[in-house]
Amino acid sequence: MAQQILLKNSDVPGLASFEVYRKLGGYASIEKTLKNFTPDQVTDEVKKSGLKGRGGAGFPAGMKWSFLDKSTSNPRYFICNFDESEPGTFKDRHIGQLNPHQLIEGMILGSYALGARTSYIYIRGELFYVLRIIEKAIAEAYANGFLGKNILGSGYDLDLYCHPGAGAYICGEETALIESLEGKRGNPRIKPPFPAIVGLYDCPTVVNNVETIANLPWIMNNGAEAYAAIGVGNSKGTKLISACGHINKPGIYEIELGLPVEEFIYSDEYCGGIRNGNKLKAVVAGGSSVPILPAELILKTAKGEPRLMSYESLAEGGFETGTMLGSGGFIVMDETTCIVKNLLTFSRFYHHESCGQCSPCREGTGWMERILHRIENGHGTMKDIDLLVSISKHIEGNTICPLGDAAAWPVASAIRHFRQEFEDHVKLQKCPLSK
Amino acid sequence: MQNSKNIEFNTETLELVNRIISRYPEGRQKSAILPVLHIAQSENSGWLSSETMDYVACLLQIQPIEVYEVASFYSMFNLQPVGNCMIEVCQTGPCWLNGAEDILAHFEKRLGIKPGETTADGQFSLKTVECLAACGNAPVIQVGTEYHEKMTTGKADELLEKWQSENKCSHTNPYL
Repeated sequence: MAQQILLKNSDVPGLASFEVYRKLGGYASIEKTLKNFTPDQVTDEVKKSGLKGRGGAGFPAGMKWSFLDKSTSNPRYFICNFDESEPGTFKDRHIGQLNPHQLIEGMILGSYALGARTSYIYIRGELFYVLRIIEKAIAEAYANGFLGKNILGSGYDLDLYCHPGAGAYICGEETALIESLEGKRGNPRIKPPFPAIVGLYDCPTVVNNVETIANLPWIMNNGAEAYAAIGVGNSKGTKLISACGHINKPGIYEIELGLPVEEFIYSDEYCGGIRNGNKLKAVVAGGSSVPILPAELILKTAKGEPRLMSYESLAEGGFETGTMLGSGGFIVMDETTCIVKNLLTFSRFYHHESCGQCSPCREGTGWMERILHRIENGHGTMKDIDLLVSISKHIEGNTICPLGDAAAWPVASAIRHFRQEFEDHVKLQKCPLSK
Repeated sequence: MQNSKNIEFNTETLELVNRIISRYPEGRQKSAILPVLHIAQSENSGWLSSETMDYVACLLQIQPIEVYEVASFYSMFNLQPVGNCMIEVCQTGPCWLNGAEDILAHFEKRLGIKPGETTADGQFSLKTVECLAACGNAPVIQVGTEYHEKMTTGKADELLEKWQSENKCSHTNPYL
C-alpha cells in the first residue's frame, strides 16, 4: 500500500466532523506551525517539499507563494480553487465531502504563510451540497479557536469563507476565478500582472487547488524532507488519481508518484483492469485537456520504457508520443470506443465553456465541434480532418488563457494517433463503431 | 410566458443575504452576486426574471446591467421560466462512455420533451449539462443540489415516479 496522505482516514465514520478529525490528530500542524514557524519558514518548507500544484498545471507551489508581493500594505488573499470541472476529474469533491477539515487546516497554514487575513474557498455552484458540508466544518473550526481572532493565542487572525460559482469551467482558471469572486463574468485577465502582484480586489493573491492545500498539514507535521522522499525524480509526494471510463474499479486512488501506468490500470489494488475483459484502446491521463494516447504509448514510452504515473514520465516524448499528468483525471477507453465521438463530446464541452473573449477560441471551438459532428454522422470529408488540425494549430497559443490550448490538444492528439479512424468515418460515411 | 412577479426576500432570507455580503470587504458587496442570484433564483421558481435581477441589483447597490451580464454568463442561471423539477443530464466524455445518451433518451421518452423543454403540466424540465465532476460514478444527473450517480434507466423510472408523487420541486434555497 502506498503512503496515504489525503485518503488515509477516508473510511473513518464521521471524519467530516471536527471531533473525529481532531481525535485522529487533525489541526496538530496549526499548533506546531503557529508556535515554531515564521510565515516565511512555512513557505520555505513547502518549497523544499517539492509539492507541485495539483490542479493541472503542476507549477511548484512554494515558488508560486514566493512571488507574492510583500512590498505593499494592501491586504493579501489566499484562495482555494475548488472549481473542479475538468472532465475526468473528481478528486477534490471527495476531499471536500469526506475530509473538509483537512482542507481547512491547509487553508489556515497557507493563509498564515502568505499573511492573508481573509481567505476564500471558491467552489463550483453545482457542488452546493459539498459547500454546505464545508461551511459546517468552518463553523466548527471557528467554535474551536482555529479560525477567527487570535488563533490559539498566536495573535494571528483569519476569516475563511466559501464562495459558490454558478456553472463555468473557465472559472477554474485563476484570473477568471478572481474576476468571478469579484462578482463579474468569468473572463480571464491578461498576465502579467500575475495574481501574486495584482489579484483579488487588486491585492496580492495566491490561488491553489484543493488537493495542493490538503497536502500542507502533512508537510508541516512530517517535514519537507519526508514529503520529498516520496515519489520519483521531480514528482514528489502522492497524487490523487480519479479513474473513470471502461475499467472494473472506477474511483479515486492515492498513488505514490512513479507508479507504473500498467500496474495502475491492471492491478486489483487500483483500476482492476478493463471491463468485460476487453482490450485497452486509449487513455486520457490527466483530464480531458491533455493529449490522448493509444494503449501502446500509455503503457510504454516511444523508447520502450515502462510509462510511470509522474510529471516527467507521462510527458516523455513531448506531445508527439507523450502527454501530461494534468489534474490526474484518468479516462480509460476500451476497444468499443469511438475516438471521434469521444472527442466530439470534449469539443462540445470546450465550445460550451469558452468565455468568448478571444476569437480563436470563441470561433474555433464551435467550428471544431461542428466538423466533428459531421464526421461522426457520416457527412465529413478527408479535407475536414486536415481542417481540424489547422484550426487547432490556430487556437493553440493564441488566446489569453489556456482554455484555447485545452480545446486544441485533444483534437490534435486524437488525429495524430487515430487518423485512420477519422478516415474510416469519412470513407464509410458513418461511424464504424456505432451500434 | 409565466407572469413576472416582484420578489422580495423574507426577513430570514435577508439575514442570510446580509451575512453573505459581510464576507467581502467594505464596498465590495458586488462579490456577493453569485450567491445572492442562486438564492433569488430558488425564490423565483427556478429562473431569473428581469424583476428578480433588478431586485438583486437593488440589494447589492449596483446597476441592473451588472447583474444581467453576470446572470447571462453562468450556465446555472435560467433566464426563462422552467418546470418545477429540473432534471440535468451530464453528457460529457466520461458520462457518454458509460451510457449517458441512453439515460437522456429515456428521460426524453418518458417525459415527451427534448432538452431545453418543459412538460405541459409544468412539472419537469430537461437540460443537458457539461461535466459534473462525478465521472467515477457515471452516468450522472443533477436535480437541485442533489446528485444521482450510476444512473440506469430503471433508476430513472424509480426517481420519476417518486418525484411525480411528491410533486418534487428542485428550486430550494441551496444554502439550507
